[in-house]
Amino acid sequence: MKTSIFISALAAAVALGGLASAQTLDDVKARGKINCGVTEGTLGFSARDGEGKHQGFDVDFCRALGAAIFGDSEAVEYIELSSKNRFTALSAGQVDLLYRTTTWTFSRDVDLKTSFVGVNYYDGQGFLVPTGLGVSSAKELDGATVCIETGTTTELNLADFFRVNGMSYTPLPVGGTTEAKALFEEGACDVYTTDASALAGVRASLKDPAAFQILPEIVSKEPLGPTVRHGDDQWGDVVRWTQNALVAAEELGVTSANVAELANGTDNPEINRMLGSEGALGAMLNLDADWAARAIAATGNYGEIFERNIGENTPIGLARGLNAQWTQGGLQYSPPFR
Amino acid sequence: MADQTIQPPRESFNLSMLLYDQRYRGLTIQVVVLILVLSGFFWLANNAATNLAAIGKPIRFDFMDDTAGYDISQHLIEYNSTDSHGRATLVGLMNTLLVAFMGCVTATIIGVVGGVLRLSNNWLVSRLMTLYVEIFRNVPVLLWILVCMFTFTALAPQPREFRGENPEATMKMWDSVAVTNRGIYLPEPLFSRPLGDIDIGVFKISIELLVLLGLLAGGILFARWNAARANKIQAETGERPTTIWMAVAAIVIPPIVVLIALGFHVGKPELTGFNFQGGINMSAPLIALWLGLSLYTGTYIVEAVRSGIESVNKGQAEAASALGIRPGRTMKLVVLPQALRVILPQLTSQYLNLTKNSSLAIAIGYMDLVATLGGITLNQTGREMETILMTMGIYLTISLLISFSMTRFENRVKLVER
Ligand SMILES: N[C@@H](CCC(=O)N[C@@H](CS)C(=O)NCC(=O)O)C(=O)O
Repeated sequence: MKTSIFISALAAAVALGGLASAQTLDDVKARGKINCGVTEGTLGFSARDGEGKHQGFDVDFCRALGAAIFGDSEAVEYIELSSKNRFTALSAGQVDLLYRTTTWTFSRDVDLKTSFVGVNYYDGQGFLVPTGLGVSSAKELDGATVCIETGTTTELNLADFFRVNGMSYTPLPVGGTTEAKALFEEGACDVYTTDASALAGVRASLKDPAAFQILPEIVSKEPLGPTVRHGDDQWGDVVRWTQNALVAAEELGVTSANVAELANGTDNPEINRMLGSEGALGAMLNLDADWAARAIAATGNYGEIFERNIGENTPIGLARGLNAQWTQGGLQYSPPFR
Repeated sequence: MADQTIQPPRESFNLSMLLYDQRYRGLTIQVVVLILVLSGFFWLANNAATNLAAIGKPIRFDFMDDTAGYDISQHLIEYNSTDSHGRATLVGLMNTLLVAFMGCVTATIIGVVGGVLRLSNNWLVSRLMTLYVEIFRNVPVLLWILVCMFTFTALAPQPREFRGENPEATMKMWDSVAVTNRGIYLPEPLFSRPLGDIDIGVFKISIELLVLLGLLAGGILFARWNAARANKIQAETGERPTTIWMAVAAIVIPPIVVLIALGFHVGKPELTGFNFQGGINMSAPLIALWLGLSLYTGTYIVEAVRSGIESVNKGQAEAASALGIRPGRTMKLVVLPQALRVILPQLTSQYLNLTKNSSLAIAIGYMDLVATLGGITLNQTGREMETILMTMGIYLTISLLISFSMTRFENRVKLVER
């Protein structure tokens, strides 16, 4: 374990200078596929299905990028990263970007030399406990043993939350969701804490979900979004505006079903600019004119991606909440296509 | 070249001799290789440093003073999440040293007992030891650590099973020890009239402990002086005064008096809230890591001890038994001391292995050096290069210290030829 981190660190250090200024978009085009960093398995966000194919909310954003750049949503290589080694992998150039339930924080954006180019899910940290534990609020957790994943904002929030509330706890830090879940089910810890969205998936995958409950408190802000290397603005723009296109598409009523028809031209100039029948936005990104139309056709708009992977009709069962369009009282808002 | 006996005829030196003259060629090659290797290293280091600087992460260590922000459940010195990364590193280092020390001691005990038993004449006993060695040695140690952790957490009762009128689990040893799946809680020594602590900056030392250790050392010194005196009297008068009672009194009585004066009592762990509180807590990850490492490394020490014993000439044991020495004492007084010379070098490398293998700790949530400095600190600060270099440096230092002290020990048991 030690050596592998060491080797990536060394590789990172040796490769970094070259890459920071390099044009990731050119590299990606030359390679013919995108290296997308995803989780090792968070139900609903990125997990392998029965055939070993990656599926999920984060995965769909990678697929949309593949469609936008290559016209092929399969032109993506998924690289599974633990919470702990994701940033090293990104700065070493092992992946082109992270769609990996990664929280946008000041120090990651500024000090870690990564850049966040959007928020695809507004989240917050929650607590999962067995119903038999007899607690109804996170404020009653004094003295509890808590399973956490290391290398996350989760472990920092947890320390703050317990300290501010004058409570003590025993952290049981683990390397990934699989181990954390196993220890939690065996009762090695009283509480499992992580992003609330992931907790829903964890709960759904437990043997007896009804025996567990998510406590009402959300103790942090976790804006999860795509992460790229600092200093490559062209690549950052491609990732940012592909995601914006999916969000704007929902607002403008463009779906995977009607995008082909609308791409021929409509009487809404913003739709025309986005889908490429007017102006030259695609060329400004160094992409084809129909880049956005291809992305929407491949995965559907933001709302379709949400409902298919984590929405209320899936086992994860998340409500749109903060992730509704701004026109519906949520926070999802795309700057204009102009 | 100084010890060359046959002086070649003096001739003037010219550069081509560096390559063609046998006397210089070896040296030339060594110097060239050395220059190449050093410049390779320099190139790598320089490249890394400039590239890191280019992306705005020049190699610096001042992040070690920043607030760590994370908690560590097992800390031998005071620590909380507002302390610095440097202190978190120290806590991790002490956890590494603790489990490495416990592991080395246990593995040695397993190894010596097992090695002797493996050569036992009893067919069943020796076969059982072979089975143990083969099973544990041929499965990666990480798996053993995980097996220990999951078996322990699955078998031991949860704290909440201790609750209620007819609890499913009860405390052991007159209600003073609690075995739960979170760990084992032992009674702790407490003083009702404590003397306090001395703060030496990095951590605190309890004065009671110092006083007790001092008294113990004093008692032992007195006993040795007393024995020397007895030897002298025996040499002069031929009669040896009894020393044992004086020695026992000197060693035992003062600490007991002090313990009573300080109001010594044991604090038992108690079930409050979610877990037991109070007492000394050996957490489940510590126990699992300790067991896994000891059982795994123990097999190698068994083999080392076995080969050591087999290396001692059979005649030695036969001679001892011809003198009427019983087999047990023969092993202890004749065979093992000689076997030690063969065992020790192997023991050293097993101690080194165990210490390095303890870095697998994070797999089960034990916060050692790799989990703190090389894990959370690395990840939260993004200082891969600095943290990994420091982690490697610290492991290197520990390893060198172990080798160094073991070599000194080896030199002491070397055959002294007369
Ligand atoms: N949002 C937090 C936590 C991210 C995180 O690691 N989440 C866990 C639970 S959602 C995860 O992705 N685990 C999957 C894995 O271990 O691969 C962060 O960015 O630090």
